[in-house]
Amino acid sequence: MSDGIRRRDVLTGAALALVGGAAARAGVIKGELPWRPDTASPPPRVEPGPWQFFTPEELPTIEALADRIIPPDSQTPGGKDAGCVVFLDRQLAGAYGSAEGLYERGPFIQGAEQQGPQSSKTPAQTYRAALQAIDQYCREGRGSGMPRGKHFAELAPEQQDEMLHGLEGGTVDMSGVDAKQFFTTLLKDIQDGFFADPIYGGNRDMCAWKMIGFPGARYDYRDWVSRHNERYPLPPVSIGGRADWTPRQR
Amino acid sequence: MARRLPRKDVVIVGLGWTGSILANELTDAGLEVAAIERGPWRAAATDYPPNWAQDELRYRIRHELFLQPAQTTFTFRNKMSQTGLPIRNWGAFMPPNGVGGGGVHWNAETWRFLPTDFVLRTHLTQRYGARFLPADMTIQDWGVTYAELEPHYDRFEYLCGTCGQAGNLQGQILEGGNPFEGPRSRAYPNPPQPQPFSHTLFAQAARTLGYRPFPQPSGNLSREYRNPLGVRQGPCSYCGFCEWFGCGNYSKASPQTTILPVLVRKANFVARDRCEVTRINLDPSGRRATGVTFVDTSGQEWEQPADLVLVCAYTIFNVQLLMLSNIGQRYDPVANRGVIGRNFTHQTISDVVSFFDPKKFIFNPFIASGAIGMCIDEFNGDNFDHGPHGFVGGGYMGQVQTNGRPIETTPVPPGTPKWGAKWKQAVKENYLSATKPGTGVHGSMYSYRDVYLDLDPTYKDRFGRPLVRITMDFHDNELKQNRFLTDRFAEIFQAMGARQMDKQYRRAPYDIGDYQTTHLCGGAIMGTDPKTSALNRYLQSWDVPNLFVIGASAFPQNAGYNPTGTVAALAYWSAEAIRTRYLKSPGPLVHA
Repeated sequence: MSDGIRRRDVLTGAALALVGGAAARAGVIKGELPWRPDTASPPPRVEPGPWQFFTPEELPTIEALADRIIPPDSQTPGGKDAGCVVFLDRQLAGAYGSAEGLYERGPFIQGAEQQGPQSSKTPAQTYRAALQAIDQYCREGRGSGMPRGKHFAELAPEQQDEMLHGLEGGTVDMSGVDAKQFFTTLLKDIQDGFFADPIYGGNRDMCAWKMIGFPGARYDYRDWVSRHNERYPLPPVSIGGRADWTPRQR
Repeated sequence: MARRLPRKDVVIVGLGWTGSILANELTDAGLEVAAIERGPWRAAATDYPPNWAQDELRYRIRHELFLQPAQTTFTFRNKMSQTGLPIRNWGAFMPPNGVGGGGVHWNAETWRFLPTDFVLRTHLTQRYGARFLPADMTIQDWGVTYAELEPHYDRFEYLCGTCGQAGNLQGQILEGGNPFEGPRSRAYPNPPQPQPFSHTLFAQAARTLGYRPFPQPSGNLSREYRNPLGVRQGPCSYCGFCEWFGCGNYSKASPQTTILPVLVRKANFVARDRCEVTRINLDPSGRRATGVTFVDTSGQEWEQPADLVLVCAYTIFNVQLLMLSNIGQRYDPVANRGVIGRNFTHQTISDVVSFFDPKKFIFNPFIASGAIGMCIDEFNGDNFDHGPHGFVGGGYMGQVQTNGRPIETTPVPPGTPKWGAKWKQAVKENYLSATKPGTGVHGSMYSYRDVYLDLDPTYKDRFGRPLVRITMDFHDNELKQNRFLTDRFAEIFQAMGARQMDKQYRRAPYDIGDYQTTHLCGGAIMGTDPKTSALNRYLQSWDVPNLFVIGASAFPQNAGYNPTGTVAALAYWSAEAIRTRYLKSPGPLVHA
């Protein structure tokens, strides 16, 4: 190959094109609209099962974090029971966790805030390091008025919130992890899990959608667009259906 | 070794809106046309069928239909004194990827620019005097007029089945339309979409303040439509998953739903997907393109020879291909010389998020289409006297809310914590009774000497080619404009009865992580003088006459509207010049 275009790099590009599934090869389109059966790529559905990313040591911490970001109340579950940690577990074990598709060439230089994040770490690496740093910070009792020797999950809710405020404001020293940036990511991920379609593991039983009145994956509101100031009456539905629709397991 | 394909009359780089339009026009003229597209073929049945198209995480948050930065990206800096750093994940704009281009996942807002937008420098200088413009503002006239483009706007609207209410029909101002628009030769092909509650209230409030609101021109269809090519679309179902998403209903105008079913069946057309053009080839004189070189997914390099090369990719990629092929003189902002990379612009967007009494207002924000909305145009372009305000430019504004998707659209009143019980409660209370237009104030961005594109000295793409470096910041003129427009916008929500508002002014410095629109413009602009433009008024390269560069890359500055209508009108305008003039006598259509 000529002009400095290296074959190995191009093949990396080819591997990239495989994202999203089937038949990711260059093709010729001629004469008719391309169509082959079974080439669609439905979303992967999160199934119950063992943890894929979080370790037993990390789980109490991330579950407690999820419940402080979205606390349970009398009507709606909190982050943990809504499945936000299951969501995050599968996301971090998958393409999101490995920063698949993002630009990962160096050099990695910290620039102005307006130039965007420049970390060489993937989200999976960041979570691993941050959860360890949070645990260490708590066990060493480094926060003011914080007891020594306790894990984050064992702290009182007010102490946990204080820690979260410290992360949010970047005032907690996380030994090499950018606390503020991690908190922004954590907040976004937990809230994404709460509101995303339940096929991804969070928003269990569409609890977040019921809480706000979002009807979900319905696709046709033609009868409703001109009905003004009326509450939409139908319950939400997921891409994966709804409990009272789902046919018996065969 | 590059393998050589049989010669074609025309090779097209990129099969989005402009590539599809040009390919269809030129195959109609009997030419053999090959299109090379970097991304995959896309269709509703396989990529976004209605049983899973409505997936906010997959398409909106994880960007499934877009280019991946690992394929290629840009570097960015605000000022020339800074080091450009790579955009590692998309933020301020979202480059498309695949057949149909941005036409797959746009909102389908289908606007025309104002007649004065095309003669901007002349008009503003005549009205306010040259000294009213900032010294470093590099705005120019386009070299083409609204009157010349009108038939081509019309063709695109009838291709798409655009829904709207005419405001100026052959000079007659019509009630309910945009009274500021340029005269149109005929009405829109379809009536406006019906408007949801908050959009309707916005229009009522605007009327009480003396404005003349009108429905946003929409490429989401209000009824079944068969276009002049015989391709059919179905009525929009207001699903609330439009921009960032493909349409599972065949109700959003896109190359797939308007042109490709006809184009692909033509014997004189062929397209290649997942093939990336790496350069335009020139003969030894450097004045004639001989075709393009591209790479397929196996790493095989190919040469497609052609008599005519049409570059129809996304704005920055058009400019990059010219730079990497050494076509035209690169822009040097210090010497103020050269044209490739010059007059690069984006947009000046802001929003006002408003909170209403939940006991009195149920907006059902999830019922919406991509181009739904009621707008006013009183503060666009030069529709108002800028004299007292000390800035130029403007934009349309409106309640153009497209969705109630809960990851993106669960606004909370200012002062609410970002997490915890209070946040959760505020989300619950306000979801159905808040308005969040998104791109509520759609302001122009004019061009400046120090906002431009060049090649990055450090960062490379996967082929080892330099990334394009963006140098961009907001200037005082745009910030003043935004402040004025955002305040006017908020007054309308106040009149609607909002009890609390969050005025989200656009602020400097320009932030590459903060989404505005994907309307990047300029860098290979059209004009009347080869010293200040890369292309003549037909979008033909001044340097290489058998090369045309079609897209928003040709805009000398950005107006206060979504660009697709104008991009498509330019594509038809250029196609007509090629068909009626260039083919008869290949060579420069304008002599400099």
